[in-house]
Amino acid sequence: MSEKTYAEAIKEALFEEMNKDNRIIVMGEDVGLQGGVFGATRGLLEQFGSERVRETPISEGSFVGCAIGAAITGLKPVVEIMYIDFITLALDQIINQAAKIKYMFGGKAEVPIVIRTQGGGGRGNAGQHSQSLESLFIHIPGLKVIMPSTPYDAKGLLKSSLMDNNPIIFIEHKLLYSLKGDVPEKEYYIPIGKAEVKREGKDITIIATSYLLHKVIGLADKLKENEGIDIEIIDPRTLKPFDYDTVINSIKKTGKLLIVHEACRTGGIGAEISSRIVEQAFDHLDAPIKIVASKDSPIPYSKVLEDAIIPSEEDIENAIKEIIRKKSYRS
Amino acid sequence: MAINKDLKIMMLQNMLRIRNFEEKVKELFQKDLIRGSVHLYIGEEAVAVGVCSALMENDYITSTHRGHGHCIAKGVDIKLMMAELLGKESGCCKGRGGSMHIADMDKGVLGASGIVASGIPIATGAGLSAKYFNTKQVVVSFFGDGASNNGTFHECLNLASIWKLPVIFICENNQYAITVSTKLSTSVENIAIRSKSYGIPGETLDGNNVIGVYEATKKAVERARRGLGPTLLEFKTYRYEGHWFGDPNVYRKQAEIDEWKKKDPILKFKNELFKNNVINEADFNKLVDEVKMEINEAEKYAIESPIPLKEKVLDDIFS
Repeated sequence: MSEKTYAEAIKEALFEEMNKDNRIIVMGEDVGLQGGVFGATRGLLEQFGSERVRETPISEGSFVGCAIGAAITGLKPVVEIMYIDFITLALDQIINQAAKIKYMFGGKAEVPIVIRTQGGGGRGNAGQHSQSLESLFIHIPGLKVIMPSTPYDAKGLLKSSLMDNNPIIFIEHKLLYSLKGDVPEKEYYIPIGKAEVKREGKDITIIATSYLLHKVIGLADKLKENEGIDIEIIDPRTLKPFDYDTVINSIKKTGKLLIVHEACRTGGIGAEISSRIVEQAFDHLDAPIKIVASKDSPIPYSKVLEDAIIPSEEDIENAIKEIIRKKSYRS
Repeated sequence: MAINKDLKIMMLQNMLRIRNFEEKVKELFQKDLIRGSVHLYIGEEAVAVGVCSALMENDYITSTHRGHGHCIAKGVDIKLMMAELLGKESGCCKGRGGSMHIADMDKGVLGASGIVASGIPIATGAGLSAKYFNTKQVVVSFFGDGASNNGTFHECLNLASIWKLPVIFICENNQYAITVSTKLSTSVENIAIRSKSYGIPGETLDGNNVIGVYEATKKAVERARRGLGPTLLEFKTYRYEGHWFGDPNVYRKQAEIDEWKKKDPILKFKNELFKNNVINEADFNKLVDEVKMEINEAEKYAIESPIPLKEKVLDDIFS
């Protein structure tokens, strides 16, 4: 084991897989000399050269489409979209082409493309550089959506994504790049579609994604000591396909579910998870499911305003207490 | 450029094949055997045939909503295309795609697409693969005058130019983008002039002269294969049917359609071949009969093919 930052872990995944498979190429804005504005591709240009690490013009629609065309014809591109807010420029290619090509062409084409991007707020980057847009992609059949929260998960899941032959949206978080965590020296892969119980507990199941997972983890000990509330935390890691089995097993134990995500409340993934749990595990629920999410607003610039939109530790703690302390809705 | 007789006859027959296929599609559409919309290539045959005749089998093309002609010219089996249009399991896309999504990876047809200009980036990417693996393949991106006003067209010409990709951008200017004339939508009269903005060669030519199309494409293909990068070719042509079959054509006059029919690419080429004694009337009729027989066989194959199983509707979403 050694300690690596999230950005280093991503770079290692790319480095290892690119060494093994010369079909993998990296494309995106500033991914070469700069190594990506968050440093996730630092050193790759020097190692692999400009045929394999291609800096693109600022034209997401065309370079994502180009990556898709390259993927259909034998390459495995890893495209970086600097901020998920810019992915909107490539939505036609992602939604109408990448997601549908295999199906529309009767299974006779494959689109092995990984689109790496990052989102989230908390740094004062304001409305067009702070969004959490994963919902757009889980809604589209034909795409897989991955959202790792730790260096360990980021590396293992990116490696698995590069082995997968489907179009994958791999969503990082701007506040996670400098997060340090243990990463094995030995090679490893993490299966796509498998959630992880990050902390075992018995009183309530909390699903949390990306940066907010760490806010929830930060509350665990305090809640146990001060309130006697023992929380079980599940990190889905993959948003689509979602691992409902792990969640339902947890709910059978706790009877309560809280979902925490940074995407806006309306149409966020909490809504989808919630409806599926009600369908599949209603009898195990002792309380209504709650969702703590960003308020339905563009992310503002001023710190006090940004903090009022994005879920805080206090918001999460209040929601947990509300669920735990409410009487059972059955009696 | 000397073009041998067999190639000329093949080109003529291919144009006849496209024309007759499209006429059959009209018939089957009117019988409700084909669903959705069809966008017919009738009148534009010289472009698809001239361009694809200049390609090798393993070269790639991307096609459009008006793509039957491209796919036929590139060698997709018309039985499989017809079965696809009828939504059958034996169709080239197992009935999942329909008219606007015909694809045949083995023949280098990377798919037709129903989103205007969306094939252009895909073609650019195929060019990237060809260059990366040094296969000497080239890629043709078919698109229309409408697409040349779309952002991705401009982005991709820029990208293919800076990366020197082996892509031949073929603009089929049939004067109308859906129901709007190029005179109202396009800031230049000759779209090929836009190539200058991207530092690549461009040429505007008569799209109804199949030999002219072939020769221009051949030059661009050779340039691409030698690693010199992309070219933009604009072929002026015309479609006799509306944008979609059933389009009431409120935006153009019958007189204009009739004028263009006098310049019909098949008629023009046939007359030229007669004049030069390459073929005679009897030969021509034989070509037509062969084509009609193929089309009838394709129709029979499609009609007799089984429909897909609904239990398999979710297959092939993922690898």
